[in-house]
Amino acid sequence: MITSAFEYHRPSDLAGALSVLEEHGDDARVIAGGHSLIPMMKMRMADVPHLIDLQDIADLKGITIARGIVTIGAMTTQHELINNETLAAAAPIIHEAALQIADPQVRYMGTIGGNVANGDPANDMPGLMQCMDASFTLIGPDGTRSVKARDFYEAAYMTEREDGEILTHISFTAVESGFAYEKQKRKIGDYATAACAVLITKEGSKVASASVAMTNLSDVPVLSEAAGAALVGTSCDAIAVKAAVAAALEDIDPTEDNRGPVEFKMHVAGIIISRAIARAWSRA
Amino acid sequence: MTNQIVKMTVNGEKKEILAEPRELLIYVLREKLGLTGPHVGCETSHCGACTVEIDGKSVKSCTMFAVQAEGAEITTIEGLGTPDNLHVLQENFKEHHGLQCGYCTPGMITRAHRLLQENPNPTEEEVRFGIAGNICRCTGYQNIVKSILSAAAELNAAKEAAQ
Repeated sequence: MITSAFEYHRPSDLAGALSVLEEHGDDARVIAGGHSLIPMMKMRMADVPHLIDLQDIADLKGITIARGIVTIGAMTTQHELINNETLAAAAPIIHEAALQIADPQVRYMGTIGGNVANGDPANDMPGLMQCMDASFTLIGPDGTRSVKARDFYEAAYMTEREDGEILTHISFTAVESGFAYEKQKRKIGDYATAACAVLITKEGSKVASASVAMTNLSDVPVLSEAAGAALVGTSCDAIAVKAAVAAALEDIDPTEDNRGPVEFKMHVAGIIISRAIARAWSRA
Repeated sequence: MTNQIVKMTVNGEKKEILAEPRELLIYVLREKLGLTGPHVGCETSHCGACTVEIDGKSVKSCTMFAVQAEGAEITTIEGLGTPDNLHVLQENFKEHHGLQCGYCTPGMITRAHRLLQENPNPTEEEVRFGIAGNICRCTGYQNIVKSILSAAAELNAAKEAAQ
């Protein structure tokens, strides 16, 4: 499989990357780990006359935690996320989710920035970022801006990011809640048939706050506020979980594909959501 | 499009090749450097037969352009052992029948090599999770896992003896 021909750019800083983007407009795209983009280019579903490799840009790497805020550079790989002990303590849900992405080789290359910026509804990080209420930092010709993960996704592969912008960082508040990322997939390396991220905090024996977000069950990641609300104030008993699952299923719109018909996906989603709630509650 | 000179260190030797940016690393390794150990299996990032080690990472070389490897250190199966001097992993794959047709073996061993660098004493479950990106259609994995565990034990024993 041979991609269309392209010019390869490898800038050493963000200014260099932005200037290539500005010069070539729609004809240019940035590449992070490349494990979504290169397969698309090989299938000729993506034609990229100017490919901008971000691997040499030091500003896009690294994980920092300061005053309870976690900031992750976009070029941080899934493998680095999994093996960073400080991050595992500050946001164990990321560790749990990253281990369920693709396979070992892909995780050495695949990055958190590529995963959230690509806009593929099958990617795991977008739903998780919505669950955590993370923010994305974008840099463009007019400077930087911050966009909430909850406002970022418009449709499949369509996001709030403008063509001339690069997603540089992801940031969120360290997680002290009970957590779970539950994913049903046909085999290692597959995308989710259904996946769900849940964060729950507890006060006494009741749910104080709950956040429920889902992956690959609509053309965008879906945060179900109604599902969260159905849990708050309850003791997360069977009736409350059933109500939350029913509310979450109201908010999704899966389509039939080779992972199954809509009815099957709704069934799998219901089970995955209830498992994720149960596990998050057990850790709250 | 313009060809580019790509400099990389492959199995300890400095190499300089001329490649079009769209040339995948697997083809440069096989066709320009004559390293036919890494195989083209699925060519779609699934099977792992093309796995090589790049700067301490196990990478499917069908999903990387050669130009991206500029400046990198690459190890292929050819860099691990030779027919006269097999690597411990190769020896154990031979000993425990960790291969039948052998097509997946170079990728499998290259991946296992990296896995044991990061986790020298893995459990069976960790081996299975660690090689989940490599597909074998013959062995049913039992003997591959056995080979890797046995190689790990041998490497650890050698390390202890050396201390």
